[in-house]
Amino acid sequence: MSRRERLSVNGVETVGAYTLLRLDRGTLDPGAPGQFFMLEAPGRLLPRALSLCLAPTGELAFLLDAVGPGTAALCALEPGDRIHVFGPLGNGFRLDVGRPLLVGGGIGMAPLPYLRAAIGDAPVVLGFRSDRHAEAAALLPAAEVVVDPVLVTSCIEDGYDVLACGPEPMLRAVADIAPDAQLAWEAPMACGYGACYGCAVDIGGELKRLCVEGPVLAAA
Amino acid sequence: MSKDLFLRLLNASGCLDALTAPEVARGLDGFVTKTITPLPREGNAPPRIAETAHGMLNAIGLANPGRERFLADTLPQLRELGVPLWISVGGFCAADYAETCAALEDVEAVELNLSCPNVDEAADSAAEIVAACRRATALPLYAKLSAAHPDVAEVARAVAAAGADGLSLVNTLRGLAIDPRTLQPVLARAQGGLSGPTLKPVALATVFACYSATKLPIVGMGGVTCAQDVVDLVACGAQDVALGTVLFSDPDAPVRIRTDLTSADLDEVFAAAYKKSAVLA
Ligand SMILES: Cc1cc2nc3c(=O)[nH]c(=O)nc-3n(C[C@H](O)[C@H](O)[C@H](O)COP(=O)(O)OP(=O)(O)OC[C@H]3O[C@@H](n4cnc5c(N)ncnc54)[C@H](O)[C@@H]3O)c2cc1C
Ligand SMILES: Cc1cc2nc3c(=O)[nH]c(=O)nc-3n(C[C@H](O)[C@H](O)[C@H](O)COP(=O)(O)O)c2cc1C
Ligand code: FES
Repeated sequence: MSRRERLSVNGVETVGAYTLLRLDRGTLDPGAPGQFFMLEAPGRLLPRALSLCLAPTGELAFLLDAVGPGTAALCALEPGDRIHVFGPLGNGFRLDVGRPLLVGGGIGMAPLPYLRAAIGDAPVVLGFRSDRHAEAAALLPAAEVVVDPVLVTSCIEDGYDVLACGPEPMLRAVADIAPDAQLAWEAPMACGYGACYGCAVDIGGELKRLCVEGPVLAAA
Repeated sequence: MSKDLFLRLLNASGCLDALTAPEVARGLDGFVTKTITPLPREGNAPPRIAETAHGMLNAIGLANPGRERFLADTLPQLRELGVPLWISVGGFCAADYAETCAALEDVEAVELNLSCPNVDEAADSAAEIVAACRRATALPLYAKLSAAHPDVAEVARAVAAAGADGLSLVNTLRGLAIDPRTLQPVLARAQGGLSGPTLKPVALATVFACYSATKLPIVGMGGVTCAQDVVDLVACGAQDVALGTVLFSDPDAPVRIRTDLTSADLDEVFAAAYKKSAVLA
């Protein structure tokens, strides 16, 4: 059940080029891997969508790439600060797969630590644009890591059930190689719960709301 | 009207889907649908939204299932919520609006969207559309106007003369945001409708002017985020108030604002504002 609550910041840690924001969980449900939360970004009108990265006891942790004012404001939080958090939202990954392979590109690795904790010991391949970004792979011990110009798609072998999150070109390439893959997409979101129709994406030839139908969708 | 408040708290059209968020809709005194057009519309290409300083732009483009599917599928499901229903009606000529009005019955009110900035304007004037709808239905008709008109009070007088029972004020204003990296418009359609706190002074001025001009019941909206914003709109002449953009960041806003409005200290301020609007010249 999704709900909105004001949570305290427990910690803000640098992980390579990214930031791990740890919040006290309050009474919020962590939800399923691939689901997301809307986090109040201090000083901004609209909340920002973030996938749950880790759910240690009593906490919700999010991995952030500071790409603009909202994510920058979230990365600038300090322990003890409080922000409104709403979730969990959307549809996560199906976990009933035979031979899972987790694939992440850049900040798209964010939902994978929580996914691996839920799905059991699955192989992981991660692609990053620099060695500094690749330091975040420490959150997924034993992951196979490639750095540009090598692409993660070159590491996907046949016979796996691919669960992937990353930039759009990567997801399109994964869909070509693995038509049965489950892919976690992004779209600009104002509300995260079906109210604004801002997150429309083409799903099966129709514009649909990603926050309601996704963010995890079947590739084909 | 709810027993505990002097006014009805509604959502602004296009800012809530009662079927995906029924618990939010149940916190309102009425649910206003997204604008329904005669034919289905997918809406505009993404990106459709952008944040601005103290506001946001949207160019959703009246995405809706169209009149037939709305009447057959959506409306029966909405009725099950048990929340009074306001149907927002749109179109491209007076006959479009009137035909939808004629097909509606047993709803609280009809809101005629005469002011969407994201589609090309209807060819007929606001008063012509209201007059055609008046002939088509006995349901309460609220005309939703934009503050962009140079003399919105004049439009308000014209729709009042054409038979409108009330006004919904205000719709969004046209705006544009530039992506700092590309120096291109953020929205695929370039322009969109500006909403949120940045719109509030415009909403207050418009409600004030149209109430003075017509004395019609007004659903006030534009940038409401808290109980004080509701009081301010009522002080300008609004009878009811709708919540739009605030619902995106705070789905609990209806409950929060209702609680604050009924709290002891605000009660008096609110009663005073309400009396004042009743005597506004
Ligand atoms: C379901 C979902 C889960 C997400 N999970 C994470 C996560 O775990 N960690 C994380 O760091 N980010 C995540 N994101 C992306 C994050 O929400 C955006 O980066 C953030 O909203 C950008 O806000 P900003 O103000 O910092 O930057 P803005 O100024 O809004 O944007 C900076 C740049 O990013 C682009 N952009 C903005 N929002 C999006 C978006 N949603 N998708 C694609 N491009 C966008 C803009 O066009 C612009 O070029 C997720 C997005 C979604 C929809
Ligand atoms: C995403 C979005 C979609 C909207 N869609 C509609 C619509 O379909 N019909 C309509 O009459 N107004 C629509 N509006 C305008 C709102 O109903 C309201 O008039 C406006 O947003 C001002 O209120 P606010 O500042 O509280 O959001 C929309 C506004 C937003 C932000
Ligand atoms: S983010 Fe608002 S409808 Fe999906």
